[in-house]
Amino acid sequence: MSSADDAPGLMVTEAPAETGAPEIGPPSPRHGEIVDALAAELGDGFLAHHYSAHDAWVRVAPTSWRQAGRICQEKLGLNYFCFIAGLDWQLAPDLGAEKRWDPDAEATEDPGDGPGNWSTGVAGGDTRFGVFARLYDVIRHVGLTLKTDAGDSAPRAESWVPLFRGADWHEREAWEMYGIEFDGHPGLRHLYLPGEFEGFPLRKDFPLLAREVKPWPGLVNVEGLPGEEGDEGEEAAES
Amino acid sequence: MSVTEQQKIAYVSAQAADARINFELETEGMTLSIGPQHPATHGTLRVLVRLDGEQVVWADPIPGYMHRGYEKLCEVRDYAQVTTLINRIDWLGSFANEVPFILAAEELMGIEAPPRAQYIRTVLFEMARIANLTLFLGDMGVQLGAITPVFYAFRDREYVLNLIEGATGGRFHPNFDRIGGLKDDLPKGWIDETKVVMRRIRRFCDEIDDLLVGNRIFENRCRGIGVIPRDIALEYGLSGANARASGIDFDIRRDEDSPLAWKHADWKVWTHPDGDSFARFWLRQQEVRESTKIVEQLLDGLPAGPIRAKTPARIRVPKGEVWMHTENPLGEMGYYVVSDGSPGGPFRCKIRTPSFSNVSIVPWLLRGVLVPDVITILASLYFILGDIDR
Amino acid sequence: MLVAGTFLGIHAAYWNETVLKVVLILSLALAVAGAFVQVYLFKMVSHLQSRLGPMESGPHGSLQLMAEVLKFLQKEDTRPAKADRWVFGAAPFLVIMSTMLIYVVIPIGPRGVVANLDVGVLYALAVSSISVIAVLMAGWASANKYSLIGGLRAAGQLIAYELPLVLAVVGVVMQAGSLNLQQIVASQAHFKIFGVGGVGLFAIPQFAGLLIFVISSQAELTQTPFDMPVAESELVAGWMTEYTGFRFLIFFIGEFATAGGLAALAAILFLGGWWLPGMGAHWGQLAWAREGVGLAVMFAKVMLVGFLIFWVRFSFPRFREDQLQAFAWKFLIPLSLADILITGIAKVAVRA
Repeated sequence: MSSADDAPGLMVTEAPAETGAPEIGPPSPRHGEIVDALAAELGDGFLAHHYSAHDAWVRVAPTSWRQAGRICQEKLGLNYFCFIAGLDWQLAPDLGAEKRWDPDAEATEDPGDGPGNWSTGVAGGDTRFGVFARLYDVIRHVGLTLKTDAGDSAPRAESWVPLFRGADWHEREAWEMYGIEFDGHPGLRHLYLPGEFEGFPLRKDFPLLAREVKPWPGLVNVEGLPGEEGDEGEEAAES
Repeated sequence: MSVTEQQKIAYVSAQAADARINFELETEGMTLSIGPQHPATHGTLRVLVRLDGEQVVWADPIPGYMHRGYEKLCEVRDYAQVTTLINRIDWLGSFANEVPFILAAEELMGIEAPPRAQYIRTVLFEMARIANLTLFLGDMGVQLGAITPVFYAFRDREYVLNLIEGATGGRFHPNFDRIGGLKDDLPKGWIDETKVVMRRIRRFCDEIDDLLVGNRIFENRCRGIGVIPRDIALEYGLSGANARASGIDFDIRRDEDSPLAWKHADWKVWTHPDGDSFARFWLRQQEVRESTKIVEQLLDGLPAGPIRAKTPARIRVPKGEVWMHTENPLGEMGYYVVSDGSPGGPFRCKIRTPSFSNVSIVPWLLRGVLVPDVITILASLYFILGDIDR
Repeated sequence: MLVAGTFLGIHAAYWNETVLKVVLILSLALAVAGAFVQVYLFKMVSHLQSRLGPMESGPHGSLQLMAEVLKFLQKEDTRPAKADRWVFGAAPFLVIMSTMLIYVVIPIGPRGVVANLDVGVLYALAVSSISVIAVLMAGWASANKYSLIGGLRAAGQLIAYELPLVLAVVGVVMQAGSLNLQQIVASQAHFKIFGVGGVGLFAIPQFAGLLIFVISSQAELTQTPFDMPVAESELVAGWMTEYTGFRFLIFFIGEFATAGGLAALAAILFLGGWWLPGMGAHWGQLAWAREGVGLAVMFAKVMLVGFLIFWVRFSFPRFREDQLQAFAWKFLIPLSLADILITGIAKVAVRA
């Protein structure tokens, strides 16, 4: 499952359940019912799940993405469409691992922590790009976050437009920001960006224009907080 | 060629491509571009409509004239800087933008703000709602031709903005919420002044009753215009007053167990079965009244105590993901924050804004309506450009 | 040309008199337009909206009108590149021409009328409808889709509301027995209601006519609630969108001068014009004072009707185009026809 060779800086670990962290139960019985029903319906397509104190996540295989949406909408009452968005798990090269990570920080137990090692979030993930969506049940007041993998270099996912008409704009935005092609979308075209924009801005390797113009100064020791020592600086405010 | 050169060329050629649309000689129907500079579209939204006489054949909203790249910016800012940034998403509902993000960070860090901070947060949140929706009440009149109620709206809204400024230092962008509580406590005398202003806002709502809601012309312009059925609203993710006007009983303040103090006040969630523009207007008027009641009740029961919990000097949010949403003045606003445990900012911050979903329904909604109704519908959906474009 | 004496009692050679009359019409139209703009558009709307309005130019902002006029006069004369040059330029002047022609028949005193036509009412309403063509010219020639929509809406609306405007007047004409405006004022002076003289305003028996006339003139002026053609939140400024500077000033003056003209017509037809009780008798040596009092009374009545027009303008939202047309065709016209019917029946019955 590891695809570390085609995505430098990305190491994949399994879902948190295998790292020894204690697994929390569902925050409410309804959450548990929803996750169990999805697992039962999708079978092999149901890859992982995760609970927090208030919320539930489910990761499905890319081939079951639309089916998962349909099950949620038609059978589980999750018919309020909140959003669909994309995710890029790679670290940003221009920010640099050495600039983002505090080299003096103590290493933690989680092997997924630290420069160059990054796990793909709760409920795991296999590829660099992911698509995640949120659905909600307005009657029973429970929500579910669904995730899937989209791929490493030419990300694709199934389109939810046949299920939720509102997915149209959300998928257009995910396409123009990440380059994720949605199969079955009526017409992927730019939403925010001007007509012939090249590149996918929210990808981590797309440089932030302001940083091109003026390089990021990095961590600058300005002044310690009252009570702190002088050389333990804060990050400078963005000018 | 560097990225900036590429972008410059792409921008110029896109402008030329857009200009070509306007010069085409069309014999079937007329393509009219409402916006991006237009009195009716609260900002730089462009709605391209094709008209057959005065009837719309198809409509295509083109957002993005105000796209500021918030999600990219949030990845390179730390949590305090992001708070300053996100104030400006829905610039009328000032304080309400900060709250879900700060709550998300607090949940990841496992910090609970003290009760006094939660109460005051809720009070400021509701005052942001009042400031936002009173402008809507006047603005809907202006879109329909009644140029006087908007002045009353601005006059009474000034009092609310002065109060917000007195408490936080900023009228529109307070930047007052901090992880663990608030920046400062309330000034002396603020509570009494607020109660007076809340009564004034309720009087303003009564004025709107006389001037607009009870006006026959207004009713004729709004009833039955832009009807959104319940299931379509759910599919598009309509939230806030737009959803409640279509009969969906959905209010996050009541439905979810939020750390904020809404459960300590006695208030009502209004819905309307019609789903037309009149329902959306009427509903927001009732919401303003309810907000004033919430503010008064919470200020009466304000607990004493610290205003901010103990937080480390340098914020370092542990690794994790969280989804936090609140019932903002415009609808459901939520932040999906992915933290990688580094001392910087979020790894990914997906901002779910209500106006984005509210405006995505416009192509479906505007088929077959007349040009004046386009204005009515856009006014009643009530979007803020910063909210659509982020 | 000269009826029953001379114009304002002034004897002058023919061409002197013509010049005098032309100057009078111009100044009258501009004075009325200016009074409407300064009092109602600057100050009344501001006070209605709980604000002060222009306060800088002159004491309490009273010279704002002067400032506005000077501002418009010194602006650059631009024209859209694709606009039809001559049509674009001619449209404002056609509007102001039709407005000035109304003022030709309006009596401002016992002997103060430029041309006392026997078909005064018919003439006034006829020339006021020349502006429909001008509006269409402006809308088409601007080469702007918003102007085109505004112009077409205006054409439909103005034509639709001509009918109630004319029909509302028919009742008055039947009661007065003449189309001559001075004659109508005179007949109101002699009008007796149930034997009581001195309250003879046609507004009392013809209240429906007054209502229809004022509503229709609101629509003829494309003022809210009938300002779909100029819907500021949709069409920016309707057919006037592409006009700036001096051309816009002409449109602006034309709009308010027409408002004054229609208000003057309403005052004459329904409120008694320059006449007040006590002005019927000869004043002998003070004949000139009679003219002055007549002028003042007329001015007051015009301002009264104008107040009504502008008060409604600033208070109500606007009708949609089809609601507007339905209102004219399905409500105002049948009402005015009924009014004519009742007036006719009553006239015959009372005489008998």
